[in-house]
Amino acid sequence: MFTSEMRESIKKVEQTRAERMKTEPERMTAEEKDALLKAFHPDYRADGFAEIKVGPNKGQKAPKELTELLHSNSILLSENIDLSKIDYDCDVLVIGGGGAGASAAIEADEAGAKVVMVTKLRIGDANTMMAEGGIQAADKENDSPVQHYLDAFGGGHFAARPELLKRLVMEAPDAIKWLNELGVMFDKDEDGRMVTTHGGGTSRKRMHACKDYSGAEIMRNLRDEVLNRNIPVVEFTSAVELIKDDKGQVAGAVLLNMETGDYLVAKAKTVVIATGGAGRLHYQNFPTSNHYGATADGLVLGYRLGAPLLYQDTIQYHPTGVAYPPQLFGALVTEKVRSLGAMLVNKDGEAYAHPLETRDVSASAIIRECAEGKGVDTPQGKGVWLDTPMIEILGGEGTIEKRIPAMLRMYLNYGIDMRKEPILVYPTLHYQNGGLEIGGDGFTKAISNLLVAGEAVGGIHGRNRLMGNSLLDIIVFGRNAGKAAAAKSRTVEIGTMNLDHISAYADELKKAGIDTGKTSPMLLPKYARHER
Amino acid sequence: MSNMVNVYFYGKKYSVPGDMTIMTAMEYAGYTLSRGCGCRHGFCGACATIYRIKGDNTLKTCLACQKQVEDGMYVASIPFFPTDKRTYSINDIKPTQQIMMELYPEIYSCIGCNACTKACTQDLNVMQYIAYAQRGEFEKCAEESFDCVACGCCSVRCPAEISHPMVGLLARRLVGKYIAPETEHLKARVEEIRKGAYDDMIEKIMQKPITEMKELYNTREIEK
Repeated sequence: MFTSEMRESIKKVEQTRAERMKTEPERMTAEEKDALLKAFHPDYRADGFAEIKVGPNKGQKAPKELTELLHSNSILLSENIDLSKIDYDCDVLVIGGGGAGASAAIEADEAGAKVVMVTKLRIGDANTMMAEGGIQAADKENDSPVQHYLDAFGGGHFAARPELLKRLVMEAPDAIKWLNELGVMFDKDEDGRMVTTHGGGTSRKRMHACKDYSGAEIMRNLRDEVLNRNIPVVEFTSAVELIKDDKGQVAGAVLLNMETGDYLVAKAKTVVIATGGAGRLHYQNFPTSNHYGATADGLVLGYRLGAPLLYQDTIQYHPTGVAYPPQLFGALVTEKVRSLGAMLVNKDGEAYAHPLETRDVSASAIIRECAEGKGVDTPQGKGVWLDTPMIEILGGEGTIEKRIPAMLRMYLNYGIDMRKEPILVYPTLHYQNGGLEIGGDGFTKAISNLLVAGEAVGGIHGRNRLMGNSLLDIIVFGRNAGKAAAAKSRTVEIGTMNLDHISAYADELKKAGIDTGKTSPMLLPKYARHER
Repeated sequence: MSNMVNVYFYGKKYSVPGDMTIMTAMEYAGYTLSRGCGCRHGFCGACATIYRIKGDNTLKTCLACQKQVEDGMYVASIPFFPTDKRTYSINDIKPTQQIMMELYPEIYSCIGCNACTKACTQDLNVMQYIAYAQRGEFEKCAEESFDCVACGCCSVRCPAEISHPMVGLLARRLVGKYIAPETEHLKARVEEIRKGAYDDMIEKIMQKPITEMKELYNTREIEK
C-alpha cells in the first residue's frame, strides 16, 4: 500500500528503532513549548480567525467559519411558526443525543422529570461514540483529584474555570463508578483493578479504557439505558432555534424534521444544550475526526438567545489523525497508541519529541517537522511516522490486537499491518476547547433555565484539553445538567412564548452592516458535489 | 485524479474516482446524506450497506464509510433496520442463563447457518457469540461481541430473526455490572471524596496564584 518514497523512509525508521528504544525522548521546557505553539499551532494563525461583530462576544475573535455562522440569520427569520401548536411539552428538553445528552436525560428521568430528547441524526451518532483512548479519573492510591486538577489546569494553559475544573476532577471517580454500574466493561485485571495508562500531559496513569472502543462502549450503555427508561427520543429532528418567553427565560425550541422538512414546537421548563462540537466546519481546511453532525449548532442557538461564549478561539487539533491511506484521511488514531509506547518519528527516523506531550504541543511539533522538510509526502499533504511496531516489542506480541483492535482493523482494511509497519499521521481537527459559558452549577449565566453540557461548554479545560478529560466531562457535566434541570423545572413557570430574538438579532446584524447571505445553524456539512 | 470506476447507487450508474469510499463516492455523485451516515469513521454503524459486484451472485455487507468502491458495484444502503430491542431494568435483572431466555428467546431458534458471521462488517464470529449467549456464557459472549458497532447486517440476514447486536449488548452490560470483579480502589476513592477528604486540598489549589501553579505544574513528578 505504501509508496516507494514511504518505503525508503520506513527503512530509516526501522534502522533507528533499537537505538531510539534505549532512551525516552526529553520533554520540552515551558519556554520551548510556548515558542513552538506560537510558531506552529493553528490557533496562532491570524488568518484563520475573524472578529465577531454582534452579540455578547462582540469584538472578540472566533474561527472564520464559526464567525460566519454567528453572523448569519436564523433559518426561521422569514418563517411563520405557530407557537401555540405544541408538539412536545416537557420539563427537560435535551438537545443532542451524544454522551452528555444521554447522561442528562438519564439523570433527569431518575429525578422524576418528564424528559424529551431531540437529536439531529440518531441517538449515539456523536463524538462520544468515536472516542477511543479512554477516560480519566484519579482513583488509584498514588493519585488524587488534586493531582488531576494540576495536570488539567497546566495542560490547559492555566485558563480553565476553577469551579468547573473542580467539579470535573472531584466527580470523576463517581462518574466511573456510575458507568461501571450501568454495565460499562472497563479494562480490569483479575482482581478488579483498573488497567490504566498515561495520556499526553498526565503525571499519573489514570486513563481508564475499554480497549480502544472506550467511547463506543460508554455510548452504547448510555443509549441502552435511555431506551430502557422509555425516554422519548426524537431522532432526525434538529433544534433550529430556541424559544423565549416574556420573562426572558428559555421556553423550548423549534424543531426541524430532517426528512420531511416540517417544523415542530417543543415547550420545556428547562433546556439542556448538548449538541457537541464543530469539527465539520473544517477550520483552516483541516480534516476532522468528528462525526457528521458536528457543526456547532448549539453554540449558534445559545448565542442568538444571548448566552456568551468562552474560549471560542481555541481549537484542539489531535496530533495523530490518519495521513495515509487517503480513504481514512483525518480519522482518529487514538493517543493510546502512544500511551502504549509508540514514538513519533520523522522522515529521517528521528524521534524529534516526547510522544506524550500535551496535544497542542504534539500537534505543533508534527506541523513543524512537516514544514521543515522532515515530513513524508502523502497524496493529501504530509505526515510523520507513528512507530507502532514498538508496541509489540514493548508489550509482547498480540498487544495491539488486545488493546487497540479498532486501529488494527481500520488499517488492515487497507492492507497496512500496524504491528509490522509504522503508520503515517498528521493533525486532525478534533475538539472545540471553547463553547457556551456556564457556572459551576451547569446553567448559563445569561438565561436562568438554560443549561449546557459536554463539548458545547467552554471553560472546563481552558485553552487545551487533555486526553480522557472529554469523555469524563460529558458524563460529569451531563449528569449534573440532568439533575439540575430536573430540580429547576419544578420552580419554572413558562410565560408567553415568542421568537422575538430572531428579528432583534437580524436588526443587530443589519446595523453592523453584515450580510453573509446564509442562514444558521448549519445542521449538516455540504459534501454533495453538484456539477451544475 | 485516480482511475474512475462505474458504480450503481440504487441501480443508477455513476462514474466515480476509484480511491473513494462508498460514502464519499455517493457524495461525489451528488447525494446529500442524512440517513446512512453517522460518525464516518467506522464506529457508529449508521452506514450499513449491502452490495453485489456485477457478474457475481454473492451478496456482501459493509460499512459505507470503511469500504472502497469497486468497478461494477451495485450498492444499496440500509437506512434503518427494525432491530428488536427488549427493555429491562439493569438493576433488577440477574446474570443468569434465564435472563437471555426471557428477553431474547429467539436465539434458541438459531439454525446454525452462519449467515450472521458472514455478514458481519467487523469480522466478528457472530454465530459463536450467540451460542455463548444460549449457554449463559456471558463473559465469552461479551468478549466475542465487544467490537460490534450494531450496524445490524447480521440481523438483516438471519433466518431465525435474531437481533444479534442487542443480545451482545445485554451480555456485555451483565458482565460489566455483575460479573467482572469489583474495583476496590474505585469504591474507596469515591467514599473518600464523599466524606470530604479532598475538600480542603482542592479549595487550596483553586486559590493559588497562577505563578505558583506554573511552578507546581512545571516541576511535578511524572509517574514512570
